[in-house]
Amino acid sequence: MKLRRSMMFVPGNNPGMIKDAGIYGADCIMFDLEDSVAITEKDTARFLVYNALTTIDYGGIELVVRINDLSSGLGIQDLEAIVRAQPDVIRLPKTENAQDVIDCEKEIERIEREAGIPVGKTRMMAAIESAEGVLNAHSIAKSSKRLIGIALGAEDYVTDLKTTRSDGTELFFARGMILNAARSAGIDALDTVYSDVNNEEGFIAEATLIKKMGFSGKSVINPRQIEPLHKVFMPSEKDLAKARAIMDAIKEANARGSGVASLKGKMIDRPVVLRAQYLLELAGMADYGKEG
Amino acid sequence: MKIVTAASAGTVESSDIIVRIEPREEKGLEIHLTSSVMQQFGKKIEKVIRETLDGLGVENARVEAVDKGALDCTVRARTAAAAYRAAERTDYEWRTKE
Repeated sequence: MKLRRSMMFVPGNNPGMIKDAGIYGADCIMFDLEDSVAITEKDTARFLVYNALTTIDYGGIELVVRINDLSSGLGIQDLEAIVRAQPDVIRLPKTENAQDVIDCEKEIERIEREAGIPVGKTRMMAAIESAEGVLNAHSIAKSSKRLIGIALGAEDYVTDLKTTRSDGTELFFARGMILNAARSAGIDALDTVYSDVNNEEGFIAEATLIKKMGFSGKSVINPRQIEPLHKVFMPSEKDLAKARAIMDAIKEANARGSGVASLKGKMIDRPVVLRAQYLLELAGMADYGKEG
Repeated sequence: MKIVTAASAGTVESSDIIVRIEPREEKGLEIHLTSSVMQQFGKKIEKVIRETLDGLGVENARVEAVDKGALDCTVRARTAAAAYRAAERTDYEWRTKE
């Protein structure tokens, strides 16, 4: 399982941030060609991100590029450059319906063929940023095998709802829809940014909420948010000890040739094993119990 | 690629380089570079600018660049962006990463 607890936004026209993006420990780096880039600098940002992707070694960190939407005409130009630079994932903004993903995938596939890149290598994620998109979350999540996840873009969404960001009440429905749509499709659910970088307490409260809900992670706009976010996702020692005990019991049952494992007299069901595995993966111990 | 107007790309922020390209009557590339790391990397940066313009087929141009410690990939990106702007062209050629 690929951990996507933190997806760090890096403005596509900022060479300093692009240069340093790999040092902060984010699970994914997301170079942005969309909202953080002025309309007059779309070409220069594209050159910069393309050259960074084809030159800088980010040491295996998952690399994502947020392109402009296809209807702007800029999105196609972004794809022509970025698909050839082969990041792991292209993030499509302002996804309203499944057709938006299908249209983008068609262009990616054409460019992959033209460029001699194996078809399907470029993965995708879709950001949902409107009421229409939220209501279509399920069909969006299932629209392409390339999708690794869907994400909530809250700023545009709350504007569409005619409200503002506050305590999270305004996002409850969208988060629930996006999370369930993603899980139903077997892909990741990524939460929106928390813009007030000086309010660490508020950030941790929001991260705790979305982790409880079941989200895979969250976009961050400042490296300072990465460590507290990862701490929120880190299982407690008590939970880890329990997870290890579950995996030990499974291993022991397998060694005995028994299909049924139990711990302290209680049978271990499959969901219990899956939760234990997930906790160990979050703690960087994905291989626990598998060796030997 | 024929340079038809004066155009620039980049900023004077740290780790960036601003590259200004304009038409040149005489043949060849005339490059004027100032850099915060001139002593150590001046020749290298100028070489990257020259190679980028050669790669784009820019034969005659006057280039002024102010570097603030940009990586080679940033120098290439800013030079290429400025060249396309100065050539008033958008038929970019993106090579597939090897």
